[in-house]
Amino acid sequence: MEIVVCVKQVPDTTEIRFDSGTNTLIREGVPGIVNPFDKNAVEAALQLREKTGGKVTVVTMGPPQAKNALKECIAMGADEAVLVSDRALAGADALATSRALAAAIRALERYDLIICGRQAIDGDTAQVGPGIAECLGIPQVTCVQKIELDGTAARVERETEEGYDVVESGMPLLVTVGKGINVPRYPTVRDTMKANRKEIAVMAAAELQACVRKPGLGGSPVRVRKISAPPPRAQGEVIQAESAAEAVDALLRKLSDRKVI
Amino acid sequence: MNFTLTPEQEDIRKLVRDFAAAKIAPSAAERDEKELFPRELFAEMGSMGFLGLPYPEEYGGAGMDFVAYAIAVEEISKACASTGIGVSVHTSLCSWPIYKYGSEEQKKKFLTPLAEGSKLGAFGLTEPNAGTDVGGAAASAVKDGDTYVLNGTKVFNTNGGEAEIEVIFALTDKAAGPFKGMSAFIVEKGTPGFSFGKKEVKMGIRSSVQRELIFENCRVPAANLLGKEGQGFKIAMSTLDGGRIGVAAQAVGIAQAALDYAVRYAKERVQFGKPIASQQAVSFMLADMATQVEAARLLTLRAAFHKSHDLPYSKEAAMAKMFASDIAMRVTTDAVQIFGGYGYSREYPVERLMRDVKITQIYEGTNQAQRMVIAGNILR
Ligand SMILES: Cc1cc2nc3c(=O)[nH]c(=O)nc-3n(C[C@H](O)[C@H](O)[C@H](O)COP(=O)(O)OP(=O)(O)OC[C@H]3O[C@@H](n4cnc5c(N)ncnc54)[C@H](O)[C@@H]3O)c2cc1C
Repeated sequence: MEIVVCVKQVPDTTEIRFDSGTNTLIREGVPGIVNPFDKNAVEAALQLREKTGGKVTVVTMGPPQAKNALKECIAMGADEAVLVSDRALAGADALATSRALAAAIRALERYDLIICGRQAIDGDTAQVGPGIAECLGIPQVTCVQKIELDGTAARVERETEEGYDVVESGMPLLVTVGKGINVPRYPTVRDTMKANRKEIAVMAAAELQACVRKPGLGGSPVRVRKISAPPPRAQGEVIQAESAAEAVDALLRKLSDRKVI
Repeated sequence: MNFTLTPEQEDIRKLVRDFAAAKIAPSAAERDEKELFPRELFAEMGSMGFLGLPYPEEYGGAGMDFVAYAIAVEEISKACASTGIGVSVHTSLCSWPIYKYGSEEQKKKFLTPLAEGSKLGAFGLTEPNAGTDVGGAAASAVKDGDTYVLNGTKVFNTNGGEAEIEVIFALTDKAAGPFKGMSAFIVEKGTPGFSFGKKEVKMGIRSSVQRELIFENCRVPAANLLGKEGQGFKIAMSTLDGGRIGVAAQAVGIAQAALDYAVRYAKERVQFGKPIASQQAVSFMLADMATQVEAARLLTLRAAFHKSHDLPYSKEAAMAKMFASDIAMRVTTDAVQIFGGYGYSREYPVERLMRDVKITQIYEGTNQAQRMVIAGNILR
C-alpha cells in the first residue's frame, strides 16, 4: 500500500494579526506550522500503514523552509518526503498548485491512496485535494471521517450535515479528511532528532514541466484583488423581563420590527 | 558569543511547548484544586522522551544537552509548575547522580528505566532536623554482609510514594559526621522496611507530591551503594548544583506564564474607556516583568550551557536559581496586581502561579543558602 499525503506549511493563524490600515495580514515573525488538517491526514496514513503495511510519502509544494513541515511529518512517522520547490512556482493558486502536486505524485513509482487535509487554514479554499484528483483522473471523496481498506478497494465514511455517507471506491483514490477522523500523534524527541538527519528530496519545476506547462503565477487564473477582515460580530442582546411570557413578547416585537418575522 | 539556540534545541522547545499546551495545561487548575498527581502524564512524557533528555541514547536517553533539558522544564512549568518540578527532580536529582557516579551495572539497571520514563525517580536528603544544615542528618546505614541496613526518616520527598527509584543519603560512619561519613544509596520502592509517612498539604505546586519516607531496618543490597562510602555529601552537593538549573528553569516558566497572562489581560481589560495597558503605570510594570524574565532565562540557559560543556557551574546555577526564583516571585505578584480583584480570584490562573512560585525560593537550597554558595565562590 503506497500512501501519499499532501501537506502545506501555513502561518500559525493563532499568531497572525490583521493590519486594518493596509488591509493586509501581518505575517512577519509568524511561525510556520503544518496545516492542522494535514496532520490528521498524516495520522490517518500512519494508522493505515500500521494495519496494512506499505509506505507513507508526504509531499508539499512551497519555499525551501517548507522542509520543516516535512520534517515534522517524518518525525510523526512518515517514510519519505518530497519538497516541490522552485521560484517558477511562486504565486500558484489552487489550480496551479493542484497541477504541480499531481505532477509530483505522478512522478512517484506508485500511489494507491492520496490523503489531503480538507482545507488549508490560510487560504481555506478546500480546492487543492479535489484538484489533484481531477488532474490525475482518479476518484475522490471529500470530508472523510473513516477509511477502511480491503485489498484493492476502499470503504470510507463521508461527513454530511445529518450524519455520514458510506462510499466505496476502487483505487487509486484521493480522500480529504477533517479533524473528526483522528487525533494526530505527537512526535517523540528521538523521532524528531532522526527526522532532522533525514535527506529530503527536492523536485524543481523543470522536473514537472512535462506535465505542467504553466507553473506558478502564469498558470493561475485566480487574481486576489482585495483582502479585508470581516466586520466584528455585533454584540448579542439579552432580553431581561419579569417573566418568560413577557420576554417572549419582547422578542417577538423586536423580530417583527426588524421584519424577521 | 552566540545567543541562538541550535535547531535541535528549537525543536525541543516546540515539541514540549505543543505537548504541554495540549496535554498538561488543560488539567493544571483542576489538579491543583484536587491535589492530583498526574502519573499518566509522566508515563506519556516518558514515551515522548522528555524524561531522559540529557542522557545518552545507550541508557535510554535522548542524547540532548542540559540546555535542551532546561528549555523542556521551562515549557512544562509554563503549563504546570507541579509537573515541572516532578520532571526536574526525576531528571536532575535522581537520574543524574546515577549517571555521574553509578557503575555500568547501576546505569543499565536504574538509569535506563528512568531515562526511558518507565520508572519515576526521587531524591531524599532533607530530614526533620536537617534542612539547610545537612550536618544535622541522622539517617544511618550499617553494612551487614552484602546489604546495608537503613534506619531514619526523610521529609518533603518530591515524587515520594510515586517514585520507583530513590537516591537516599545516610550516614555509614556516624563518628566521621555527614561531610565525611555520609553515603548515597539507590533504594527501590517496595524494599521491605521502606514505607511512606504523611503526605504534605501545601500552599502551591499542589499537584506535585511530597511524602515522608520511613526506613526501619530496611536492607538495601550493597550493590546499590552509589559511588564510594563517604562520598555522599559530595554527591548530594554536586547533584543539587545541577538540580538548581531545573528549579531556575521552573521559575522562568512560571514567570513567563504570568507575563503572558498579564499582557493579554492588560490589552483586554478596559477601565476609564481604554485598555489598562495604555496606562503607563501598567505598561511599565509589564516592561519590567518582561526584562526580568529575559534576564533570568539567560542566566538559566548559561548555567545549563556550562554544565553541558563541562565548565564550572556551581556558582552559575546558584545565581540562576536565586535570581530566577526571586524575579518570578515578583513577576507573579505583579501579574496578580495587573489582574486586580480577578487576579486574587481562583477563577483566574495567576493566583496559582503566585502560590506555585514561592517554593522556588525555598527548595534545593533556600535563596539564603544560594547566597552562601555564591559568596563562598567569589570569596575563595
Ligand atoms: C515542596 C517541597 C519539596 C521538597 N522536595 C525535596 C526533595 O525532593 N528532596 C529533599 O531532600 N528535600 C526536599 N525539600 C526540602 C527543601 O530542600 C528544604 O525545605 C530546604 O532545603 C530548607 O530546609 P528547611 O525547610 O529545613 O529550612 P531551614 O533550614 O530550617 O531554614 C529556615 C530558614 O532559615 C534560613 N537559614 C537556615 N540556615 C541559615 C544560615 N546558615 N544562614 C542564613 N539563613 C539560614 C533559611 O534560609 C530559611 O529561611 C522540599 C521542600 C518542599 C517544601
